[in-house]
Amino acid sequence: MTGIPENSTPAAAAGTPEQTVDGQVTDSFLAGGESLRHAAGPYFGAYGGRWMPESLIAALDELTETFEKAKADPEFTAQIAELNKNYSGRPSLLTEAARFAEHAGGVRIFLKREDLNHTGSHKINNVLGQALLAKRMGKTRIIAETGAGQHGVASATAAALLGLECVVYMGAEDCRRQALNVARMELLGATVIPVTNGSQTLKDAINEALRDWVANVSTTHYLLGTAAGAHPFPAMVRYFHEVIGEEARAQMLEQTGKLPDAVCACVGGGSNAIGIFHGFLDDPSVAIYGFEAGGDGVDTPRHAATITLGRPGVLHGARTYLMQDEDGQTIESHSISAGLDYPGVGPEHAYLADIGRVSYEPVTDSEAMEAFKLLCRTEGIIPAIESSHALAGAIKVGQRLAAEDGDASEKIVLVNLSGRGDKDVATAAEWFNLLDEKSAEAEIGKEGEQL
Amino acid sequence: MSVSTASKSAAAIDRARADGRAALVGYLPAGFPSVQETIAAGIELARGGADLIEIGIPYSDPVMDGSVIQAATSQALEGGFRVQEVFDVVAGITAETDAAVLVMTYWNPVMRMGVDEFARRLAEAGGAGLITPDLIPDEAGEWIEASDTYGLDRVFLVAPSSTADRMKATVEASRGFVYAVSIMGVTGTRNQVSDAAEGVVRAARAAGAERVCVGLGVSTAGHVREIGSYADGVIVGTALVAALRDGGPAAVGELTRELSTGTRKN
Repeated sequence: MTGIPENSTPAAAAGTPEQTVDGQVTDSFLAGGESLRHAAGPYFGAYGGRWMPESLIAALDELTETFEKAKADPEFTAQIAELNKNYSGRPSLLTEAARFAEHAGGVRIFLKREDLNHTGSHKINNVLGQALLAKRMGKTRIIAETGAGQHGVASATAAALLGLECVVYMGAEDCRRQALNVARMELLGATVIPVTNGSQTLKDAINEALRDWVANVSTTHYLLGTAAGAHPFPAMVRYFHEVIGEEARAQMLEQTGKLPDAVCACVGGGSNAIGIFHGFLDDPSVAIYGFEAGGDGVDTPRHAATITLGRPGVLHGARTYLMQDEDGQTIESHSISAGLDYPGVGPEHAYLADIGRVSYEPVTDSEAMEAFKLLCRTEGIIPAIESSHALAGAIKVGQRLAAEDGDASEKIVLVNLSGRGDKDVATAAEWFNLLDEKSAEAEIGKEGEQL
Repeated sequence: MSVSTASKSAAAIDRARADGRAALVGYLPAGFPSVQETIAAGIELARGGADLIEIGIPYSDPVMDGSVIQAATSQALEGGFRVQEVFDVVAGITAETDAAVLVMTYWNPVMRMGVDEFARRLAEAGGAGLITPDLIPDEAGEWIEASDTYGLDRVFLVAPSSTADRMKATVEASRGFVYAVSIMGVTGTRNQVSDAAEGVVRAARAAGAERVCVGLGVSTAGHVREIGSYADGVIVGTALVAALRDGGPAAVGELTRELSTGTRKN
């Protein structure tokens, strides 16, 4: 294990060891045991694996082999580095949010600016990597699922750049609400297929993409948008997002001379979160927090707090925490943020929760929207509503840190600002009653509220 | 651990074989349009000539199913179907017929009930075993143990894309028969039987499979005849579900009699 700084902060800062589902109390990551970085899969503790139809196993094997070879190929890593720098605009900035931090108990808050990447979020890191792998496998077509459209737009972007055919599956309701994002994907040359099966949401878009993949696997790569699904997807998607945590760790050391006390990110499937967490997993002094979508509140049925309230099961190829009923049927999730509105979560998060390395907490729609407005007004940055969950969580974490011993102004919270909020302006305007009732935007906002 | 019975599925296939036929296997989703009608349709299926019956558990995320079966299982769920009712369906059909009755299910409902508990109740209901479209032997440790304990068949799928190594491992893990997927795709009727089907059966036999049944896209007596010439059993799903949807249990019986005209080997 390398890169562990000498640090006097007590181990307990990383969270109380918790009882796991398997009945073990585990805090061995703190005891100088094995590294938690670069977990290769297919299993993360009791989670992960390949709960998939046999028809797709050969494709998953091919993808695993291609990915493993590519990682070891300097030409591939150079290609990724070049695209990250000259296409996406990496490294993304690290910005101190001093006026925002005044509302978080007076600790220092730094924002990792994934919102400044090309296409406006962290999603570009993963789509470029996977699209390059698709080319290496000789596939000519990529398919993707999307909720609000962010991953669909990113996939269409990568497909246009690399000359691949792109088909995006999107719930019919989401297509109607996000007509402009459908137009963006079509402008980029993608075909958008509205999904009318099941609940017509993100999980049904994934189901439909999997059905397409089974039928067209010889020509097609399924470009899954989050660190979930069957092996190798969770470890592979994390790999392409590890750059977030690596940059942030180096930038923190450069700007402040030390590591943050806490790292915060929002968690839906969990790709932006695992990307930034990865840089700090082996730093015992750094407490790590994942904020799930609490919707109307975890005491109501309308939320997407999968780890907080779900229980282990299998969905979309992985064993992980799920929102499910007594019969194992998937329960629909609810969040004001389409990007967090998913009833599962990446299996590595399930593992990190069980061993107590990462604390997962819910943030409600209202808390997220208050943090959204606060960042707009104090820093001149309009965040994605997804990322606003991390901001709301950071306020809570900051206030807790400030209440502990020591000088609050010496304490540091790092937040992954995973995306920009331009896509969310209609929803936010409706939330804050900023629209003329008769305007077209008011109609869009109202429809968004029906989520 | 004790195996209490011999494979019910294998026995049903062997009876058809001794009779000079390929076995006919019919699929129906539990609770569509109601639990009682599923039982009635299952009895019609057996009396019409089906040797084995697959009862599907409606599931919220059926990634291997096409539109007809999705619509039927969604309707069952909207009608309030509960997973434990599948045991009533199995018991209802086995009480009235000699067909081997298997349950076909995505894995999460079984995991949620508890694999051992599910297996125990299925055996008690007289079920033959499970067909598991999204469970591969690699992840099936708990199910292999439970199926041994309760003497249940475990039917895994093999596909045109299965490598020789995977084919061998899957055949070795299976009991009763091996389910050969005829085509890379999901359930649904198709005009022609895929050329890939015969190759999958050949590869499964080369890997040691004693009984191989072919499913996906089989809807006519002509398809049954074609597949029955090289496979031990022929699986029909979507066409039967459409018949049940359009004409009730009687239509299932009628279609089964028609399909069974294709099972004769010579």
